[in-house]
Amino acid sequence: MSGMRAPSSILPLVLHEVSYAAGGRNVVDRVSFELAPGPRTVILGANGAGKSVLMRLMHGLLRPTSGEIVWGERDPDRLRQRQAMVFQRPVMLRRSALANVVYALKLARVADAEKIALAALEAVGLARLAQRPARVLSGGEQQRLALARAWSLRPQVLFLDEPTANLDPTATREIESAIAAVHAGGTKIVMTTHNLGQARRLGDEVLFIHQGRLVERSPVEQFFRQPASAEAAAFIKGELPWV
Amino acid sequence: MQDILESLRGAVALIFSADPVLGGIVLLSLKVSLSAVVFATLLGLPVGAAIAVGRFPGRHTIVVLLNALMGLPPVVVGLVVYLLLSRAGPLGELGLLFSPPAMVIAQTILILPIIAALCRQAVEDAWIEYQEQLRSLGAQGVRAALTLIWDIRFSLLTAVLAGLGRASAEVGAVMIVGGNIDGVTRVMTTAIALETSKGDLPLALSLGIVLITLVLLLNAAAFGLKEAAQRRYG
Repeated sequence: MSGMRAPSSILPLVLHEVSYAAGGRNVVDRVSFELAPGPRTVILGANGAGKSVLMRLMHGLLRPTSGEIVWGERDPDRLRQRQAMVFQRPVMLRRSALANVVYALKLARVADAEKIALAALEAVGLARLAQRPARVLSGGEQQRLALARAWSLRPQVLFLDEPTANLDPTATREIESAIAAVHAGGTKIVMTTHNLGQARRLGDEVLFIHQGRLVERSPVEQFFRQPASAEAAAFIKGELPWV
Repeated sequence: MQDILESLRGAVALIFSADPVLGGIVLLSLKVSLSAVVFATLLGLPVGAAIAVGRFPGRHTIVVLLNALMGLPPVVVGLVVYLLLSRAGPLGELGLLFSPPAMVIAQTILILPIIAALCRQAVEDAWIEYQEQLRSLGAQGVRAALTLIWDIRFSLLTAVLAGLGRASAEVGAVMIVGGNIDGVTRVMTTAIALETSKGDLPLALSLGIVLITLVLLLNAAAFGLKEAAQRRYG
């Protein structure tokens, strides 16, 4: 798998004993793992387990208090441009949907920004809303727009932080199929969720986080059939009624 | 009651007769207050924005101080500027006392905290919301700041208009440093104060009507602009 994209891939991403302290405790506590190109990685855990902080550490929005985060790519500019993130609550600039995507492309100094942006909106089914102000779109539409904006940058790694946490089932389905399409295009997906059904639908492997610690890493089928840790088993049992 | 009605009739007649004295006073008021707004905006927006996104020791104290200074009494500002500009004062050699520039200086000092504090609040709120997204997209430093300021430009306009409203309505500062000299430093508010005490109610009232109308128009324009922007940009 890595042989296919190795020459230009920014992966693997290696975390070594990474901790992040806030308010006197480790929100992320001595976490180590490696992410390779290919499988969709779902970071699963309860609210407050440290998933979002872990994702921000990986994306470079936060610096670890201790430990190391090392990418396969050493050039910081290239590293930044080859990854993108979709946040739980999309942040849109006060301009049209199209202009929001164009803004991101121009920052990345992409030529033909307008054309690429339109294609990205088309891909998530927002082409007809291209000229609408981004901020008056519905929550689901805004999140699809955020996905289009991230995807238009052709990232090798796309981080998604609970992308459907605030959305209704229909909007959730639309986002999930858009994520699947992005993955089919060769982008590595790294996503947090506390929703077991979503982890099952979208994940190839699960990293289970409990109180800031990486408790278990398993292929998704195995995780749900036979979780290796007592915490994961309890989480699956406790969560299932609400899935 | 009869007096008020008569004064009112006289005031309306004055306004529609395009009285040159009245016109001169209104024009000088606008010149002084608009100049003060321009200077206070040029200083206040960058200062407010810097306090909003900067992290330095004493920041909280400065924020509290800035908010408190929004309520600066105009007469005190007038007094301080008077002391600075008077013959014996440190800036006395400039010979600015009792001139329109002195009034501009006083009003600039008066509204600088208003514009800076409101700008600080608007930029800080937006920064909290945008920061991670902008960094994720690779917008940093000046680029991020410009994006932010452009995106909240209508909120900033409200801050500037608040400053203009305050400047055009205050009387204490311009009275002290301007001296209310006929044809030189007489503005709407000082003229109203003087004419009322002299008993020339029609002139005082006509100036009052013009002043209130201007303030109303300004606020209506600001409101309309913000509404339109909200509809257009969300």
